[in-house]
Amino acid sequence: MSKYIPTPKDNDGQPVFKFWLSSLKPHGKVFTPFNMISVPIMMVGIVIIVIRFVKGIGAVTNLSQDVPWGLWIGFDVVTGVAFAGGAYVVTFMVYILNIQKYKPIVRVTVLNGFLAYVFYAGALLLDLGKPWNVINPVIGNNFGVSSVLFLVAWHFLLYMIAQLIEFSPTIAEWLGAKKARKVLAGMTVGAVIFGITLSTLHQSGLGALYLMAKEKIHPLWYSEFIPILFFVSSIFAGLSMVIFEGSISQKVFFEQISEKNRKSHDGILHGLSKICGFTMLVYFFLQIVVFVHGKNWAYLGSRMGAWYLTEMIGFVIVPMILWFVAYRKRNINLVKITAVVTMIGIIINRLNITVIGFKWDAVNHYVPSWMEIVVTLTVLCFEMWIFRWIVRRMPVLRESPSWVPTDH
Amino acid sequence: MGINRRNFFRALGVTGVALSAGKELNAVPEKGNDIEFYGILYDSTRCVGCQSCEVACALAHGLPEPDPEDYPVPGTTRKANESRRTVVNSFEHEELGEIFVKSQCMHCNQPACVSACLTQAMHKTEEGPVIWRDKKCMGCRYCMVSCPFDVPKFEYHSSNPDIVKCDMCFDRIKEGELPACVGDCPAEALTFGPRRELIKEARRRIYENPDMYYDGIYGEHEAGGTGYLYLSPVPFEELGFNTRLQKKSYPELTKGFLYSVPSVFILWPAMLLGIHNATRKNSKSSDDHE
Repeated sequence: MSKYIPTPKDNDGQPVFKFWLSSLKPHGKVFTPFNMISVPIMMVGIVIIVIRFVKGIGAVTNLSQDVPWGLWIGFDVVTGVAFAGGAYVVTFMVYILNIQKYKPIVRVTVLNGFLAYVFYAGALLLDLGKPWNVINPVIGNNFGVSSVLFLVAWHFLLYMIAQLIEFSPTIAEWLGAKKARKVLAGMTVGAVIFGITLSTLHQSGLGALYLMAKEKIHPLWYSEFIPILFFVSSIFAGLSMVIFEGSISQKVFFEQISEKNRKSHDGILHGLSKICGFTMLVYFFLQIVVFVHGKNWAYLGSRMGAWYLTEMIGFVIVPMILWFVAYRKRNINLVKITAVVTMIGIIINRLNITVIGFKWDAVNHYVPSWMEIVVTLTVLCFEMWIFRWIVRRMPVLRESPSWVPTDH
Repeated sequence: MGINRRNFFRALGVTGVALSAGKELNAVPEKGNDIEFYGILYDSTRCVGCQSCEVACALAHGLPEPDPEDYPVPGTTRKANESRRTVVNSFEHEELGEIFVKSQCMHCNQPACVSACLTQAMHKTEEGPVIWRDKKCMGCRYCMVSCPFDVPKFEYHSSNPDIVKCDMCFDRIKEGELPACVGDCPAEALTFGPRRELIKEARRRIYENPDMYYDGIYGEHEAGGTGYLYLSPVPFEELGFNTRLQKKSYPELTKGFLYSVPSVFILWPAMLLGIHNATRKNSKSSDDHE
């Protein structure tokens, strides 16, 4: 790396060591509400993680022989990856469809997606009984190729690399590495194409994981179409996250964002809301087909049936209509509210398959322990810390340095 | 442009094809290999509920000695767990009195756990037993999620947890010995042998004593056929058996998805590249510097 010493112009003439040292220092206020809340959570979370590795998973979780996967898989991984789907959708629009309108949000979305995968894969390690064997499916002759999880694991790994390549020009700009930036920027389209292909397969693959649990998942949520439903819903799940995160970033990182991008942001959100509305329409249609195909009328009267109707009406039909209303009326607040409703709906949907509807008929229901929840929050807090650290230093939201060619 | 885009795609293509090639369900026995799986036939009309099998199993696998106070009682369900691989349960029947049922791994012909395992830790041996291999397992518990019989158990309170399940005493079978539970059964409720022979034997028993047996062999077709086979005097659902299970094997459920992977890997990049090139002209600035 020493070849790419930051140029004086880009980094105020500091030598490399000083540059890194200054990078580690906080760039914002220390006693913010977010810090005050997140630091205690993270400290407790770390203690719980230590206990988990010393005493075993059972010491901190409510998992049982009947319910082997709980919150850490159902929320952190399955729901989190759906929310990270924004990266492949936005890169598809910008690099494949060449819609320049969405360019201002590409970097932050890819960064978000990348961090999401890194941290959810991290959360996955916490859930593994023998995490030191996690390399087994990657190296050696332990390829369980008939496993959906094998596919998902490999795709996580490869997609992280693809996203790192997509994001790498930003890092190169930060370090003032002009040559490296040019090489890395040239790889972007390739990485995007690879990344979208991987995303298609592992977003649906996360649903396919549950295909073999046929009798264990409530019939209202189990169908052979889970993979397709997961894929389609990851589109609006990811975009809702982009809207949600973008709206917060506009406030928190106000000083980073150029006047031009600040103004274009509402237009971007309106565009995204239209896409969300239409994808949700498709999703709703698919859900009806699946429902009718499954001949599940009889279940609607039960408690789970009422819960199913709540999900379908309250968190699919309602947000679907709201997306269209928000788009027609150009109501930016409604867009943001709808994004939140959609995200809650995604959380409910993923948990219905992985936790709530899984062994719904068992005597002892799984309810996550407070420690599982704290660890989940810890993972989220760490992710947000790293996100903030990067956004404050690298040209993610702010404009690239002046030496960068204008179009990439 | 600094890097040759075409080469990059070539590399991607090779990776993709390499990744997607050879997605064969490895739980299927190889064609032309006519080895018959071994299995165990359990006849609940003969079982007296003495729990000798539980004790023999614990001794054979170094598990804690079973608590003598813990015996089958009708109305309660004893479950296998990380310290016992097999349990006997009892069911009260109006005419027949107590009926006992032993439960353990079913050793499916095409096990869900084996196809679920991404490290080949779960393994269907050529002899028939489904075994778990410590060195390969990463403890993801996907086998537990997938198993239709909820057989694999996990040591939740260990820092180096194992998956615990019946392995049909694979080590003993290789030595030509009987599985521990079969060898120690005083009532001859358990019979070890090639699966085909066991089905014949079970049919013979039903045929010769139609009044004694319910006309059906649990495990002959359930989940695509299992190594453990059950005979019962009453319909199986009365003895806590899950009779809703599909007759097809469970790996079949993910087959469609896995088989679509290579097609997506070939079609998607080509399609995306095509769209990329088709739309590139729309934005004039995009390739100016190249």
